[in-house]
Amino acid sequence: MAESRSGRRWSDSPSTIFPDYKSSIQRGPGKAPISVPGWDRSLSLRPVWPQLPEGDADLTANGRVNGDPIGERILLEGGLTDEAGRPVPGALVEIWQANAAGRYIHREERHPAPLDPNFLGAGRAVSDAGGSYRFVTVKPGSYPWNNHRNAWRPAHIHFSIFGAGIAQRLITQMYFPGDPTLPYDPIFNATADAAVRNRLIARFSMEESVPNWAHCYRFDIVLSGSAATPFEEEQDHD
Amino acid sequence: MTDLPGFGRMNPKDRGGPHDYLYPDAGSGPVSAGPTPSQTLGPFFAYGLTPGAYGYPLPEIHSNDLAGPAVAGSRITVEGQVFDAAGVPVHDAMVEILQADGQGAYAERPRNDGFTGYGRFGTGSEGPGGDKRFLFRTIKPGATEPGAAPFIAAILTMRGLLNHCITRIYFPEDALAQDPVLAAVPEERRRTLIAEAIGPGHYRFDIRMRGERETVFFDV
Ligand SMILES: [Fe+3]
Repeated sequence: MAESRSGRRWSDSPSTIFPDYKSSIQRGPGKAPISVPGWDRSLSLRPVWPQLPEGDADLTANGRVNGDPIGERILLEGGLTDEAGRPVPGALVEIWQANAAGRYIHREERHPAPLDPNFLGAGRAVSDAGGSYRFVTVKPGSYPWNNHRNAWRPAHIHFSIFGAGIAQRLITQMYFPGDPTLPYDPIFNATADAAVRNRLIARFSMEESVPNWAHCYRFDIVLSGSAATPFEEEQDHD
Repeated sequence: MTDLPGFGRMNPKDRGGPHDYLYPDAGSGPVSAGPTPSQTLGPFFAYGLTPGAYGYPLPEIHSNDLAGPAVAGSRITVEGQVFDAAGVPVHDAMVEILQADGQGAYAERPRNDGFTGYGRFGTGSEGPGGDKRFLFRTIKPGATEPGAAPFIAAILTMRGLLNHCITRIYFPEDALAQDPVLAAVPEERRRTLIAEAIGPGHYRFDIRMRGERETVFFDV
């Protein structure tokens, strides 16, 4: 049986139904999740995936057609740890985002901002032996949405992380420090405790910024659960 | 450097932490330690996470086909829809499944037969049939523990869902009475976890977010 604390830390999670965020009203489950005494090994067993496409962690290159994407190039780095502070190597980290003008390539996107012919806005990485990941991308723009009058999503990058097993699945969004729209965003504010939701704000790192090239933002991620993450398996996908 | 007031210690490390100037507009206090909160994946994930299901000509590393021709086992198809509180099918949900092989063994590293035990699919209207379904082609899993019934774990996420939901898909023909996880579910809700056989090797498993037959989700 997997050694893992059963259940998420709900006090550190957003409300499942948060009326200010309109689509949560129809889509959030009505009943509390059921605690189970034991799941099975898949709780702490990382799923297998094939080799990632070459260069997939560089979003300034993986959509290139005839030049660099427009926008402020940034380094996006961070470390994955479990709740006990142990690194989580071998986790699949996927990101997707709007371009510098606040426009996604998604075909249902209606915001009248320009597409960038050289920017796809999606990338993938696997955390290394020390639990670190690294992307190169451009800083996304803020974009409007229909949730309420004058609704703007703060600039954000979507993250999907699959760590060691189902207990370490996380889907979240990363925000940028000092964004003036954060106090107005119901998705950001669906997490009641300010100190908890501020974990979603990346940290600007002058130390890791690269002279004459790019600012660096650090977004360290703590996955729930405390499933052991065996280090000897981390070379699986290399 | 001269001793200008306030400029004697410009080293960022000495400025009393980042919060005073890095979070001025968040309107809130410091960062605390602990798990990173979940957020919705929003409406625009398809081209990144599940491009194949929505017809994007982009590389994907996971699909809805978990079992190529080399994989041993009994071939099954599991399909279903996700319904919101009003009973409307959700067209922008992502369903991921994780399962053992026919012998009850999980894939722990790449296998010669190509079985990964993990698949994902979006319920987009451009998926098969164009009717907001998810659909997986896989093999019937074996039981992973003595006494337990075979199951497929499913992870559900969508626009509007601030925390992902985790459920289990059981099969009606199996001995379910002894399964320890099913036993933890109130009897009147257990049927929400059991797929319906709609043909040979073909199952339907609908997910309901609210209402009388709200699907059981687990605290995992
Ligand atoms: Fe977004």
